[in-house]
Amino acid sequence: MSQQPLNPKAAEYWRANLRLMAILLAIWFAVSFGAGILFVDALNQIQFFGFKLGFFFAQQGAIYVFVGLIFFYAWKMNRIERQYEVDEE
Amino acid sequence: MSVQAWTYLIVGASFALYIGIALWTRVASTKDFYVAGGGVHPVANGMATAADWMSAASFISMAGLISFMGYDGSVYLLGWTGGYVLLALLLAPYLRKFGKFTVPDFVGDRYFSDTARLVAVVCALFVSFTYVAGQMRGVGIVFSRFLEVDITTGVIIGMAIVFFYAVLGGMKGITYTQVAQYCVLIFAYMVPAIFISMLLTGHVLPQSGMGGVLADGSGTYLLDKLDGLNVALGLAPYTDGSKGMADVFCITLALMVGTAGLPHVIVRFFTVPKVRDARKSAGWALLFIAILYTTAPAVATFARVNMIDTINGPDSVGTLYEEAPTWVANWEKTGLIKWEDKNGDGRMFYAGDARNEMTIDRDIMVLANPEIANLPAWVIALIAAGGLAAALSTAAGLLLVISSAISHDLLKKVVMPSISEKQELLFARIAAAVAIGIAGLLGIYPPGFVAEVVAFAFGLAAASFFPAILLGIFDKRTNAHGAVSGMIAGMVFTIGYILYFKGIFMTPMAANVKENWLFGVSPEGIGSIGMLINFAVAIVVSRLTPPPPQHVQDLVESIRIPRGAGSASHIAH
Repeated sequence: MSQQPLNPKAAEYWRANLRLMAILLAIWFAVSFGAGILFVDALNQIQFFGFKLGFFFAQQGAIYVFVGLIFFYAWKMNRIERQYEVDEE
Repeated sequence: MSVQAWTYLIVGASFALYIGIALWTRVASTKDFYVAGGGVHPVANGMATAADWMSAASFISMAGLISFMGYDGSVYLLGWTGGYVLLALLLAPYLRKFGKFTVPDFVGDRYFSDTARLVAVVCALFVSFTYVAGQMRGVGIVFSRFLEVDITTGVIIGMAIVFFYAVLGGMKGITYTQVAQYCVLIFAYMVPAIFISMLLTGHVLPQSGMGGVLADGSGTYLLDKLDGLNVALGLAPYTDGSKGMADVFCITLALMVGTAGLPHVIVRFFTVPKVRDARKSAGWALLFIAILYTTAPAVATFARVNMIDTINGPDSVGTLYEEAPTWVANWEKTGLIKWEDKNGDGRMFYAGDARNEMTIDRDIMVLANPEIANLPAWVIALIAAGGLAAALSTAAGLLLVISSAISHDLLKKVVMPSISEKQELLFARIAAAVAIGIAGLLGIYPPGFVAEVVAFAFGLAAASFFPAILLGIFDKRTNAHGAVSGMIAGMVFTIGYILYFKGIFMTPMAANVKENWLFGVSPEGIGSIGMLINFAVAIVVSRLTPPPPQHVQDLVESIRIPRGAGSASHIAH
């Protein structure tokens, strides 16, 4: 299949994007499904202020991390796009 | 002033505001009507998305559900927020670059097939109508409980307001009303929460109050007290929950993926000027949502402690009915609280076992919360305005999806492509008006299965749209055959499983209990498995059939690169 990317750096840009995405989605999974569900019993042995830690992740902690992840992604992608010259004019 | 006078004042003022915005944002083009001209600031879009997303269920019902479910309620908190990460990373920027008006637009163009487009239109209509019926019902309930008009009148007033700004202003009117509605609803939610947090724990922030020490001088953590109360009343500890882990996992996943696949949420990201704005806007949206979603679990704990203390009394022997606070009688009238003196001692008692004498509707935990905590009348009135804002904003967003699915995806793209923009706009307005009428009827005469089909809406969005859109962006090899057979397989499996256990239109074929479930997954979580089936079928079928034509592959290349994104438009590239 012949590909004619719009920009020579487009393929590299796409790989950088996928790499960043994989890291952030791993964190997304770890704080919600990991800390809040799969390992919740183990983490509940740890006290975090008035919360059991696993319960805290399931009802509050994961949500804070989600917000951080999206803003970090938005910021980092702007830099990556400038680096590979695919940003919007 | 009385509670009712305050309610009329606050609700009236908020309605006047929405109508003012509607007059200011009248539109004349389809681009304005469908995507607000593509010029919405990312922060404003974030607020509008938050209001669009947070429905009557989030505002009125969620804290109550969590209050009764404890740890198990986390599925809603995680599920209805985590989806925004998927949306921001996997969908929103690419759909914005694609730059058309609707979700079926993307599915139809990417898979170069009117069959795919029609399957997407059917899913969008089904999901949106299911949802909107619940919102109009919510409007009716708030009206009848706080303003003491009957539900039908309440629904008609709600319909008239939505009609005004949705039909006149389209997406533009809806967007700016939603911004106002977000402000109303978040203020209404936070004020009582902060009051109660300070009374109960001395913390100003409910989020930290939830993990704080009780202010009654006992030195006990709030959550420890709640765990103790639950166990003493014959329930599982509040922070442990009782659902199976596989089920919690699958429900959370289905809600997350379903959120990311809901057309009325996705379409909001078509309204921002640039690709990078779509990413940033998703961040703002989740931040605005998180303010309510991290407060809700705190409200759930406060309300539960207050409720148990009031009903069972400080020494847990029950409160004499004659000495009960006025809110008990107030809400008994609405049927949301029922007391049956089983042991004949004249005292009310709440428990998780045979000692229980109370029937308590979950919605009361938010609606009656300010009364239970003895807050001033204007705070109680705020709840009514907030609940209405939440229901109306979501209803409007859904009506726009319904209207654009009919006028744009069905009429313009398939049935009569030769109509002018002006005619299309007229059809869009007529479709919106008809949709409001149907939604109102569903609100006045709610079919018994409304609550049941909400699981459908998320399960279907997860099992149909999400895989088709994701593969459309990330896998160039996926073709129309793969996408269509994947969507149909995912939907048939999910609908089949839900009907098998829940019946809805017929007698269920098996008891809806853990022992009968596939891998221990309940019908609420089955969308996750439906999604996996969709992915598997789409990938395998695509590999066995010819690759998509070159111009489609070029389209995929182009949506991956932000450069060259104009604003959303009709014009094919």
